[in-house]
Amino acid sequence: MDVTTILILLLVGAIATYFSGDKLASKVALVFSLGAFGLSLSLLSTYCNGGNISFIANWIDIPKVALAFKADGLAMAMVLLTTALTPLIIFSSFGNSFNNSKNFYALVMFMSFAMTGTFLAADGLLYYVFWELALIPIYFIALIWGNGDAEKRKKAVLKFFIYTLGGSLFMLIAFAYLYSKADSFLLEDLYKLDLTASEQCWVFFAFFLAYAIKIPIIPFHTWQAKVYQKAPTVGTMLLSGIMLKMGLYSVIRWQLPIAPDAAKTYMPVLIGLSIAGVIYGSIVALRQKDLKKLLAYSSLAHVGLIAAGCYTLTLDGLSGAVLQMIAHGFVIVGLFFAAEIIFRRYETRKIDEMGGIRTQTPKFTSMFMILVLASVALPGTFNFVGEFTVLYSLSQVNVWFAILGGTTIILGAYYMLKMFQNSMLGETNAKVFAEVTSNEAITFVVIIAFLLFFGLYPKPIVDLITPSLNEILSNINS
Amino acid sequence: MDTNLALLLLLSPFVGFLFNIFFGKKVSRNVSGAIGTLTVLVSFLMSICFFAQLNQNGKALEIHLFDWISVHNFKLDFGLLLDQLSLLWLLFVTGIGSLIHLYSISYMHDDENMHKFFAYLNLFVFFMITLVVGDNLLVMFIGWEGVGLCSYLLIGFWHKNQDYNDAAKKAFIMNRIGDLGFLIGIFLLGSQFNTLNFSELKVALGGNLSLYTNICLCFAALCLFIGACGKSAQLPLYTWLPDAMAGPTPVSALIHAATMVTAGIFMVTRMNFLFDLTPEVQNIIAIVGALTALVAASIGLLQNDIKKVLAYSTVSQLGLMFLALGCGAYNVAVFHVITHAFFKACLFLGSGSVIHGLHGEQDMRKMGGLRKAMPITFWTMMISTLAIAGIFPFAGFWSKDEILMVAFEHNTILYVVASIASIMTAFYMFRLMYLTFFNDFRGTEEQKHHLHESPSLITIPLVILAILALIGGAINLPGSNWLNHFLEPILATKHEEHALGTHEYMLMGIALAGAVFGILWAYSKYIKQGFVPKQDSEITGFSKTIYNLYYVDEFYTFLIVRPLNSLSNFFRTTLETALGKLVFGFGTVANGLGTQGKKLQTGSIGLYLFAFVIGVLAILTYLFIAQ
Repeated sequence: MDVTTILILLLVGAIATYFSGDKLASKVALVFSLGAFGLSLSLLSTYCNGGNISFIANWIDIPKVALAFKADGLAMAMVLLTTALTPLIIFSSFGNSFNNSKNFYALVMFMSFAMTGTFLAADGLLYYVFWELALIPIYFIALIWGNGDAEKRKKAVLKFFIYTLGGSLFMLIAFAYLYSKADSFLLEDLYKLDLTASEQCWVFFAFFLAYAIKIPIIPFHTWQAKVYQKAPTVGTMLLSGIMLKMGLYSVIRWQLPIAPDAAKTYMPVLIGLSIAGVIYGSIVALRQKDLKKLLAYSSLAHVGLIAAGCYTLTLDGLSGAVLQMIAHGFVIVGLFFAAEIIFRRYETRKIDEMGGIRTQTPKFTSMFMILVLASVALPGTFNFVGEFTVLYSLSQVNVWFAILGGTTIILGAYYMLKMFQNSMLGETNAKVFAEVTSNEAITFVVIIAFLLFFGLYPKPIVDLITPSLNEILSNINS
Repeated sequence: MDTNLALLLLLSPFVGFLFNIFFGKKVSRNVSGAIGTLTVLVSFLMSICFFAQLNQNGKALEIHLFDWISVHNFKLDFGLLLDQLSLLWLLFVTGIGSLIHLYSISYMHDDENMHKFFAYLNLFVFFMITLVVGDNLLVMFIGWEGVGLCSYLLIGFWHKNQDYNDAAKKAFIMNRIGDLGFLIGIFLLGSQFNTLNFSELKVALGGNLSLYTNICLCFAALCLFIGACGKSAQLPLYTWLPDAMAGPTPVSALIHAATMVTAGIFMVTRMNFLFDLTPEVQNIIAIVGALTALVAASIGLLQNDIKKVLAYSTVSQLGLMFLALGCGAYNVAVFHVITHAFFKACLFLGSGSVIHGLHGEQDMRKMGGLRKAMPITFWTMMISTLAIAGIFPFAGFWSKDEILMVAFEHNTILYVVASIASIMTAFYMFRLMYLTFFNDFRGTEEQKHHLHESPSLITIPLVILAILALIGGAINLPGSNWLNHFLEPILATKHEEHALGTHEYMLMGIALAGAVFGILWAYSKYIKQGFVPKQDSEITGFSKTIYNLYYVDEFYTFLIVRPLNSLSNFFRTTLETALGKLVFGFGTVANGLGTQGKKLQTGSIGLYLFAFVIGVLAILTYLFIAQ
């Protein structure tokens, strides 16, 4: 068995969902996505026992493109993130009803398929295909099932589509150039390439444009907040929980090892830019009035720190970044779900129109609170482990990076607690707020359990990713 | 065996937390309170066991539980360290904790969310134990942030009131400013020594250090001290503590007086081997401590809210402790921490008893004459007030006197500042007593009718704490110096012993005379002249500045909060739109080029031919020149 089975299962799941009809669609999607999760777990255990779960076969002869899927610890961590979050996201949407739900859930499954492919692909062109493929379903999900004024939504979503597509084209050009040099798209062959400094620089920044827009790193983030706000919550979760990690993962997998010298040269600039994003995102979040937009900017701040960790080119930085990617994936899905729960009851995303919810719904309040605390990286949550490791790595590069990046500790607490206070606390709201249903609670409990468990015992994940990261680092430093 | 007992010590309050959070609503309030109290009591008993064991064999216990985080060059495990310092802290944290839990059963009985109150209180004790017993800086940091969280939850316990929520948020954020300092300190130490474990650090710092390392150490010590400033409410991060009085009174007693706020002193004492190497930072600590003591005491002179007076008194006393730390007298600071925990917990609980008796009234201008109606509350508070004022032979006399002595040896100015703060303390504490318990009752008839002593669950803890405030000084009487000897193993530099000479007796005499002066001053003003503080609107001049806390909050708002908010608004509206437009700009340019390009496609063959000829000519010219 190898990792292609996960991809096949997800793709089959997408098709099956489409043909299952509107009534059954969500359940079929859930079953298949859970199956994919189970399958990834069993493949993980094979991998951990020393088995080979990678796959390679010829696909196209001219140009030489291979169906290469490399499943090392790092890729498996990201695959698991995807296959774990997908059923969770699907399940969380059981409280919503969508028109044409078969199309909707089929697109969700298809997106999960494309993202998993992106994490696994070890051939440049194959990777590029998956990378772009992931954009299509989210475009339709946001466009068709989104909320707010249709015209404005169309504008925001189109901007996102063209912007990210445009960025990715530079990556395609870089791949074409690399192919002309290596006569192969295979990851290993590209790692072996000996590029001159200026070639590396061009390739590096071509990749950077694609990733900086996807992650996003300021000032390439302008698509983000509006799309997060307009997309249906499932779409926002897919985007923030998994899709933006594609960019971060690609930095580690493709950008840094292919152009290591450029990475070393521009390290301080890139770390600086990423940290500027941390501060900028946090400050913008301070005065946000829309809950989903606030979370979008908090996300901007968090991924800025993750990106900074990646660009330190140290093991701590990379492993902290990966840990934080996983932690952030879970917590942001939980937070967007909390926003969705409020929306289901109050039909608003404006924070001023909330307030006084706590007295009516103690369970929801506690769970929301824990997620807020995880998001501000309270020790004991998984987010702390990631944030601590990243900040530690930054302090090794230059202690000022750690101090500036560390302002997220203060500013993050400020905007998150302010949001929590204004949305949840205060005099009892006149409007009735029903306590979370058990279905809704399950999603929260799973996320919280995950964050708390790995917050105290992150070792399994660290042990899983460290060998792959060391391999990548040896490629960077050789 | 030891591991299991230590785990019991650590986890027992956590079990109480889980019980109360999940089942507290279903059981009766008494059961929920009893379980909350008993789980803390178990920790207290375990602490006594370990304490007895330590006294017998003198060996500190290190327990490795599991690997937690690993960074490149070192591993951080989750381990416990039970030595002299942590056990001392454990004893009074869990001991006073048990008493305050007991007190809360009665105090919070009418609150519908009593189970939550106990849950948070238990969680607090759990995190406080974690803070104290962690064997490395990062485990300490879990506790450090954890107690901050519980403080947040408990200050905002009555969450319908947004002012209380603001106070809670403020406490959390100001603490986090300090926490960033703490983290940076951790990074600096970690990168220098590849460990954060206390015993390993102690060994590493004992070796030969390069100049660069020494500079790093200085910064690390300074950063850690910033952390301590946040948690222990020192200048300039002290303003959250008075606001924190929004929480229920038992919380103020436990968290914001006796235990959590002493975490900064604990940490500095724990890292004494580091601070001993950085005399510059020690000087800063001493100065910050003395200034805090003075500023807070001066604000305390004019406050009318009974809890606010106690809050500023706490800040001021913490300042004195930091002064002692800055002078390198860790044992003296620890001594004062312990005696302060006794009398300040008693004072807060006493004020809670008064507030309880007056159905929520906290303004001393509306109290008075409560002595007769509440004799136990009065006498216990009186003993504690004498202790905090530094009257012989109460506990505070001994510990404060030692602080003044080390300050005198260190620097005369610091000594004078600390002495002035002490005189002020005596004054405002007796002002508090006189306004609350003497003269006639100034409240409503309705209240007067219902005046009564609090129930025994409230008075028993008061009595126990008052006894401790009376005799607590015994743990470190000059001559026996039990505490000093006990703490010796954890201090890197030996603190020389004082034989009592004329010099010392003179200082003691001066301190005592100062305290008596402060008391008489208060007596003449509030008893003899029967003075009652004016209404808020009538306060003028410099008193107004002090009454309004020197406008520090307003200053911070002006300097930090408002600019940050304006910046946020600017980024959110202007800059975001501009950046968005810029991206659209590319689209517009492409669009424009397309529109222009479209015009070239006229369909006229003549024009195409013309362009073709021009193009060929251009290429030919280029080739010609290139050759």
